Amino acid sequence: MDIKATVLAILSDLTGNDVSGAMDDNLFDSGLMDSMGSVQLLLQLQSELGVNVPVSEFERSEWDTPNKIVAKVESLA
Amino acid sequence: MLSFEPYGNPTYFALLGVALLPLMIGLLYGKRSRLYETLISIFFLVLTFGGPKWTQGVALIIYILYEVALTWGYAVYRRHKNSGPFFYVMVILAILPLTIVKVTPAVENGQSSLIGFLGVSYLTFRAVQTMMETRDGTLKDYNIMTFLQFMLFFPTISSGPIDRYRRFEADYRSVPDREKYLGMVQKGIRYIFVGFLYKFILAYYFGTMLMPKLQLMAMNSRGGFLDMSWPVIGYMYCYSADLFFDFAGYSLFAVGTSYIMGIETPMNFNQPWRSPNIKDFWNRWHITLSFWFRDFIYMRLVFWFMKHKVFKKPTTTANVTYIINMLVMGFWHGVTWYYITYGLFHGVALVVNDTWLRYKKKHRASVPHNRFTQWFAIFLTANMVCFSFLIFSGLLDKLWFQ
Repeated sequence: MDIKATVLAILSDLTGNDVSGAMDDNLFDSGLMDSMGSVQLLLQLQSELGVNVPVSEFERSEWDTPNKIVAKVESLA
Repeated sequence: MLSFEPYGNPTYFALLGVALLPLMIGLLYGKRSRLYETLISIFFLVLTFGGPKWTQGVALIIYILYEVALTWGYAVYRRHKNSGPFFYVMVILAILPLTIVKVTPAVENGQSSLIGFLGVSYLTFRAVQTMMETRDGTLKDYNIMTFLQFMLFFPTISSGPIDRYRRFEADYRSVPDREKYLGMVQKGIRYIFVGFLYKFILAYYFGTMLMPKLQLMAMNSRGGFLDMSWPVIGYMYCYSADLFFDFAGYSLFAVGTSYIMGIETPMNFNQPWRSPNIKDFWNRWHITLSFWFRDFIYMRLVFWFMKHKVFKKPTTTANVTYIINMLVMGFWHGVTWYYITYGLFHGVALVVNDTWLRYKKKHRASVPHNRFTQWFAIFLTANMVCFSFLIFSGLLDKLWFQ
């Protein structure tokens, strides 16, 4: 499975929504994500993709849309 | 010798204007003089911590040397090794002075600690943040001089906003181009003038004119259920207005001055009274503090709990951490029953808020959402917040126990 599909699967699992149709929507503004969701995302990325992201690397403005998250993970993988 | 509260009176602002002028001309021509910035920083630090307050100045110097030793020592250590227990010991040592300052009044009958000085909390937040990012490996090039500039940046030293090392460093090491800098100056001056309105007119009216009268009336109306009375309600709103205008006003001065110095210190308030829920309120009220707590306490604890599978359900993890997070914030304000209750109140409020948000998400069809519910949510949140500030104010302590 490629990174994009995995990230989207994690996101839909976390938010309970299919986000693939709204790749540029702000997940925090819409209330789909919060700090708790962010940490879950980081842990899932670690277990499913082996991507290690320390909490202090998590600058919210760089992780607030599905597109940005995919790009971030691709740059770190 | 002259001595000032930061942004306390017109003379301070006059001196500030004169001191900033050469710096502004420099920035307009693309130059940042480290030497000049350091000199005016020292000048304003002496104004704040010198003269009759020299003991605070001594405490500040010793404190800074101590935190430099810790953060520098840890940064050197971290290049070679990364032990968990060592990191925890270093963080505890970094927090130790603040802990002593906060606990002393509670055990010494209200006497304040000798090692305290104006701003010790805000400096501790900056030092601990630097250490945590060093541990994470996100901060690799720790530099003592930059750290000193970051800690002692005079516009924000006494009460924030709490900047972050890497963000500050990026601004400090560069010069904004002329167009951008002119925009920053314009904004900075506007912030300072809005600050005048907030702090010297509105906060003065609510805090100095109205509040003492309401307090007297509240004390004279004791005897009813829990000593409640209309003046207590009036005091609650008046205190909340004073707290907001006073602190938002100060923050605007600090941010405005930073902008004029070419440093984009983050904002501390973003229209908090229009928050539709408590969670959103903490994204808008004393932002740099609540984000500090979010990033360095809440998220880290959640991460640790989930990694070690301490709780079965993620919601339990979130709820327990909300309570811990806000209790720590309560203790940080001071070791008194009302600050701790205030923290607990906000922790519980966040838990209730989250439960409601989850319910709403699940039952989207059956929960009405319209202009009326939106206004109601804002009204309810504002009143909950004001009630929490009544606890925070300590008036209840006076009503019940004095």
